[in-house]
Amino acid sequence: MTQQQVLDLYFLEARHQLVEIAAFLDRVERTGPAADFRARAFAEAVKILGGPGQGKAREVLLAFSDPTPEPIAAATTKAACGTWPGPAHA
Amino acid sequence: MRYIEPHAHMVSRVTDDYERMVLAGCEAVCEPAFWAGFDRSSAAGFYDYFCQLTEHEPRRAAKYGVKHFTWLGLNSKEAEDVKLAEEVIGLIPQFLDRPNVLGIGEIGLNKNSRNELRVLEMQVDLAARHAQLILVHTPHLEDKLKGTRLILEVLKNDRRIQPERVIIDHVEEHTVGMVLEAGLWAGMTLYPETKCTPARAVDILETYGHERLWLNSACDWGRSDPLAVPKTAVEMKKRGHPGAVVDQVIYSNPARFLQQSPKFIL
Repeated sequence: MTQQQVLDLYFLEARHQLVEIAAFLDRVERTGPAADFRARAFAEAVKILGGPGQGKAREVLLAFSDPTPEPIAAATTKAACGTWPGPAHA
Repeated sequence: MRYIEPHAHMVSRVTDDYERMVLAGCEAVCEPAFWAGFDRSSAAGFYDYFCQLTEHEPRRAAKYGVKHFTWLGLNSKEAEDVKLAEEVIGLIPQFLDRPNVLGIGEIGLNKNSRNELRVLEMQVDLAARHAQLILVHTPHLEDKLKGTRLILEVLKNDRRIQPERVIIDHVEEHTVGMVLEAGLWAGMTLYPETKCTPARAVDILETYGHERLWLNSACDWGRSDPLAVPKTAVEMKKRGHPGAVVDQVIYSNPARFLQQSPKFIL
């Protein structure tokens, strides 16, 4: 596809998603400074969007991922929360 | 349009979904064993579930002219209890000769715990001893990267495992490369919020090619769409992909992998 075709197909949808993210950040900030690990991780991941080059989706996914190599001692929950809480919570 | 749904939890879906899938061109459904949304209290619960997957569900699908195949295993969400896992794994061989059983799956990791890893190794061993295909579930969200690495290590360490007979499911942009580089097949799961959207799945196909990739809806009892595969085919067509390429991704690719089991006959 040409850039024109990509924009014709996806610009409005991406614009909508970006406004949703902006509104989400406003919503979080209205509750006070970002203290929760998810809010901090989100703010860090958003920075990737303004960077150069290809692979932004991959980089965002990596930013939310558990980077440690070893299995955890035991699973105490079945659910994932969307971002690694850090070594203190692992 | 014709397609194969290579990963769908149809026991969680209403019969109307079979009708909608057939209307969209579905010719076969493959159903891996899954977590019910709650922990089963004993191995007997799994016995009943395996009977449902190999007896009842194929009959329900046949009413709409759809072939139903299945994979048997213990999902990693129930793998923390190793004793229960051993009992369940002991039940599986008696089902492997049933006509719609394609292999062992979906097995894998969920929270990447030591017990989950141990049970994964046990189920990989089961597949190797019985020469079965393997379908692997990779963890969700923040656990996917680490879990995929651990899973690849387990498979690599078992020299009986042939990579081309294993599919690693639920890949995303940060895991698809390592799976394909290891010589394995990769599955992209199309979910409304987690995993891949149709647009991102097509991005991955355009980036990594379409030789050892398939698409699936993994529709279950949660938020999911049994028509996600044909909707992604439409996404490919919107971008100008030729019909032959769309057919390869949604029909020929899953058929090529699944036909490694002699039971997969369309």
